[in-house]
Order: sequence, then C-alpha cells, then structure tokens
Amino acid sequence: MDFVQSFRLAAPEVLFSLSGLILLLASAWTRSDRGARVITWLTIAVLVIGGAMIAPALANGAAGPDTLAFSALFTASAFAAFAKLLIIAAAAASLVIAPAYFQRLGAYRNEYPVLVLFAVLGMCLMVSSTNLLSLYIGLELNSLAAYVLAAFLRNDDRSAEAGLKYFVLGSLASGILLFGISLTYGFAGTIGYDGIAAALTGKISTGAVFGLVFVFAGLAFKISAVPFHMWTPDVYEGSPTPVTTFFASAPKVAALALTVIVAIEAFGNQIAAWQPIVVFAALASIVIGALGAIGQTNLKRLLAYSSINNVGFLLIGLAAATPQGVAGMLVYLAIYTAMTIGGFVAVLMLKDADGNPVESLADIAGLSRHRKVLAACIAMIMFSLAGIPPLFGFWGKFVVFQAAVEAGHIWLAAIGIAASVIGAFYYLKVVKVMYFDEPAMKAVGHSDWMHQALLGLCAVAISPLGYLLTKPLGALAATAAGALFIP
Amino acid sequence: MIQVLTFYLFASIMIAAGAFTILARNPVHSVLWLIVAFFNAAGLMVLAGAEFIAMLLVIVYVGAVAVLFLFVVMMLDIDFAELRAGFIKNFPLGLAVAVVLLAEIVLGMGAYRAGALELGTPDGSGAAPAGASNIEAIGALLYSKYLFLFEAAGIILLVAMVGAIVLTHRQRGGVRGQNIAQQIARRPEEAVVNTQPEVGKGVSL
Repeated sequence: MDFVQSFRLAAPEVLFSLSGLILLLASAWTRSDRGARVITWLTIAVLVIGGAMIAPALANGAAGPDTLAFSALFTASAFAAFAKLLIIAAAAASLVIAPAYFQRLGAYRNEYPVLVLFAVLGMCLMVSSTNLLSLYIGLELNSLAAYVLAAFLRNDDRSAEAGLKYFVLGSLASGILLFGISLTYGFAGTIGYDGIAAALTGKISTGAVFGLVFVFAGLAFKISAVPFHMWTPDVYEGSPTPVTTFFASAPKVAALALTVIVAIEAFGNQIAAWQPIVVFAALASIVIGALGAIGQTNLKRLLAYSSINNVGFLLIGLAAATPQGVAGMLVYLAIYTAMTIGGFVAVLMLKDADGNPVESLADIAGLSRHRKVLAACIAMIMFSLAGIPPLFGFWGKFVVFQAAVEAGHIWLAAIGIAASVIGAFYYLKVVKVMYFDEPAMKAVGHSDWMHQALLGLCAVAISPLGYLLTKPLGALAATAAGALFIP
Repeated sequence: MIQVLTFYLFASIMIAAGAFTILARNPVHSVLWLIVAFFNAAGLMVLAGAEFIAMLLVIVYVGAVAVLFLFVVMMLDIDFAELRAGFIKNFPLGLAVAVVLLAEIVLGMGAYRAGALELGTPDGSGAAPAGASNIEAIGALLYSKYLFLFEAAGIILLVAMVGAIVLTHRQRGGVRGQNIAQQIARRPEEAVVNTQPEVGKGVSL
C-alpha cells in the first residue's frame, strides 16, 4: 500500500483534521471574544485552502481506480470533489455569520468553529466513502458535531431541546442504518460498494431487500425526506439561527450526495428495488413539505418545511437514475445551497430595536416600507424557492424535471410540477405579508455588515445573473456525475 | 471432554448469575451478579477461541460498565421497589415478547439450516493471516488496512469529548481554585501573626 499516494489524495481531509486539532489546542488558551473571532477566521481560511486543494480533482474529472486511497476505503473522485466544494462553501458561510449572532448573546466560544471544522471533515469522509464502513464513520463524525452545535446555546431551553431531540432521533436513525448495513453485509458478503454491486445482481433475496430498505430509511432521515422528516422543523426552529443555516445547507448536501453514491454505486444493479422508495420519498416530501409549510407562523419552521419540499425535488433527479438526473440534482443542489443560506441569513438579519431576533411571520408585515433592500432580497429568495422563471431557482427545477422526462418518468415530473404549485402558495404568502400588509414595525434593528454582504452575494447568485453560470455549472455537474457512473 | 465440562460449568453459572441479576432484591447485589455473568461469558469466549473478545469483556464490561452501574446504583436515589412494582402486572407481556424473540431465533436458525437463506460469501478482505492469534489478526488489519478509519474513529471520540465539555463545563463564581504561584510566593510575614494576649481575653484576628 502506498501511503504517500494515499495521503496526497486525502490531503484536504488530513489538513482539516490536523488544523482542527491545532485550533482546538489554540482555543484552550484563548478565552476572549477576540480570540474566538480569530479562530473563526482561521477556520474559514483552512476551509478555503482545503477547497483550493479539492478543486483540481473536479476540474480534471478525476475518476476510476487512480482516485482510491487507503486500500480503497476513500475516493477523491470528481463527484466527491463537487459535493465537498459545496459543503465547504456552505460551512464557511455559516461560520462567517456566527460570531455576530453569538457574541450579542455572550455565548460564543472557541469550540464552535472547531466543531464545524470536524463536522466538515465528517461530511468529506461521507461523500468520499467507497464502502459502508467509511460511510458510517463519516456520518457519525458529522452527526456528533451537529448534535452539539444544535444545543450550543445551552442556557436556552429551545436550543437544548433541539439538541436532545436531534440526538435521540439521530441515534435511532443511525441504528436503523446500521441494521441495514449489517443485513447488506450478511447477504452481499462485503462492505465495499463495488463488491455489493457485484454480489447483488439479478433477483435478490428478501433479506437483501430488507437491508436495502433499512439503509435507505436511515439515509432518508439524514436528508429529512418524508416520512422521516418530523425532526426537521423542531430542530431547525430550536437551534441557533447560524447553526440552522449550517444544518439546512452543508449536511444536507453531504447526505444527499451520500444517498446518490449508495444508490448508484452500491445498489446500481438494483435500481428497480430502490426506485419506488425514492419516487415515494420524493413525491411525499414535495407534497408534505408544501402542505406543512402553509400553517406555519415561524419563519424558521417555514424554511424547514421548504427544505423538506426541496429535498423532494432533488430526489426526483435521483429517481431518474441516469447521469443526466444526477447532474441535474447537483446543479439544483448548488442553487439550493445559495437559496437556503440566503433565506436563513435574511431571517438572521430580522431584529427588533433592541437587537433581539424576530422570527414570526406576523412581525415582518410591511417590511418593505422600512427595510426596502432586505424585503426585496427575501422576496427574491422566496420567488426563487418557488421556482418562478426569471430567477435561478427555476433553472434547478427545470434541469431535474428535464432529466426525469428524458428518463421516461413523465408522470413523476408531472406530479412534481403540479405539487410545486402548492409550494408557491406559502412562498408568495411571505411576499404578500411583507409588501401588502399593514407595517408591524417590529424588525427595525440594524444588521451586521457581514450578514448584509453574504445576503447580497446569495441574492446576486440566484438573480437572473445566475444564468451566466448555467454553462460552467452544468459542465462541472456533468463531469461529477460522469465520475459516478463509471462501470 | 474437559472442554465440554468447562463449557457447561461456565454456561450454567452464567445463566444462574443472569437470573440472580434480575431476581436479587438489593440492587448492589444485582450488579455484583452481573459481574459474575460477565466473567463467565469471558470464559465462554476463551473456550470459543476468541481471547480478544474475552479480554474486552473483562476490561470494558467488568472494568468500566459494571463499575459505572455500581456508581449509578449507589449515587442516585432510585426507589427500586417502585421500579419493580409493575413486575407481576407486566409479566405476561414480557413473557410474550420473550416467546416471540425465541420463535424468531428458532425460525431464523431453522431456515438457515434448511438452506432457505442464501448468505453472501465473504470477499476475504477481512481474512486473518494464517497462524496468527486473533489479537494479532485484528491488530494487523486495524493498523494497516483500516488505519484510516481507525484514526477517523479516534476523531469521533475527540469530538464527543469536546462536545460533552462544551455543553456542561461552566465557570462558576465563588470557587476557591488553586493559584500555585501565589501560594508559593507567600511570605511568613503575610501569613503568621505573633500576639501576646492577656490572660482572660481572647484574640481578635
């Protein structure tokens, strides 16, 4: 085994773990707000350097046996690189907004950026996994850090509740996943994805189908797809908003990419077995995500249902089970990340005169009168999430549906499009409340310039200007998806 | 012959200890019976040729888990009589669950013996080197082929520890911590006062 070659391929992950350890030591000796901010920016710098190290793999379209490291336990393929870049961007964005939020509450600690860094490391392992063991280790590393982050405001009851709920339900999901993994191992005789694909061909036994179903159930929990979505609104509402921004973006990207890897690489010869599961989860997520959001009065809960809804659309790309479908899903994933970060940053910027967060829908009534730019940005994000044409959100839905139609799932696309109309209702309701209702004059507080800059960036990315990106983004997604479909 | 005898010795003591664990009135006795059961299970593992698992059982279960149980039992004020109150009422339900589990095991084993279950053939990646004891075999795999995952698992434990400290460690006021430099630097003049109190009068410090 060539360790040098392995370390070269896994260099970003090695960088993350080593700098995580060093920053952890550094944070033990700095106990001031200034020190915490310095550590946050150092973490962001590490993430950016890691991203720069990952980018070449995507540009070169790395695939095949040359990308395998550590006796084929790890792969640095183009698909993994695409997912990692999204994860790193999302994690860096949620780190940028964190200090201002926590320091107002006097609750910022040095461990926050370090835990985010370790969570990113876990997610990188997830999307680079080539067997069920590295999948599980990566998932647990990410989840453990996430449980702590959810409860980071430990003196706040809602945050503690969110952390506990997430922990209990997450452990249950891990148990289900492990049960599925053990059944799959028992019936395939191996934990490597390629070995499983080779062992499970043709008609498979009931036990193997059970294993497959349990694995997908565990993964469905992690991506919060219906019927395993119940934790999402509670955890998203209770967690501190920067943490919610993180949850809705980076781990979601990682878990969705992981689901694609498992579906295509490990169970690639059993498409008929998992396709109904994915189709059901996709349609149910779209419908329940849309219907559940209608009654919500809290903006974070509303965005949580919106993310369930979006997972449904993303899964339509997977249900197509073609390279085009996966590429479309990756494009949508990139756009979704921009939209969801923008959405939660906008929520973060809503503060009353004393600087307390404002989260309810009634409180932003008439926001357009006194915070014109913020209201315009929120309106743009809502229109984009609803998939209304001039905005970039439309393109994501378009490529996914196009792939589904090309793969012959016309009815799937038709139901999806019909159900997206339900979703449009509550997105438009937010816009209506902001622009046409009597001003509540609640959200009048000033926001941090960092938040404004990030929101501006997201707004530009999802504006019609985003269409300039369709070509390069599409090409990169196609390269990444191509790396996955090598037989 | 001696193996069979030892097996039945360990097995019967273990089952008896297990029964005493749930039947003992005193919770501390329960934990002690549990330790007996763990030791006998370790003996069974040695008989099966799995000495590594036998050692793990003793180190992890007896050394850590059972001691933790003892701490919990002794430190927390749990009314065990109350916990046991529903025993008779819930007995049929518990029995039903036990029967279902037994039936599952019997059916599963039966189906496997009859050849109805076709399990996968191991791909050989986890095969032990010939002639190595199983500690050696596990070590050889863990520190070479699976080194990457071993290190990653270490980071998981680190994150768990950091998380536990982040969520529970508080800096409280009014704590008299040690300041070693200050304590050493103290001069006798600052700490000792010589007085000559008159007879019948106290000292005021």
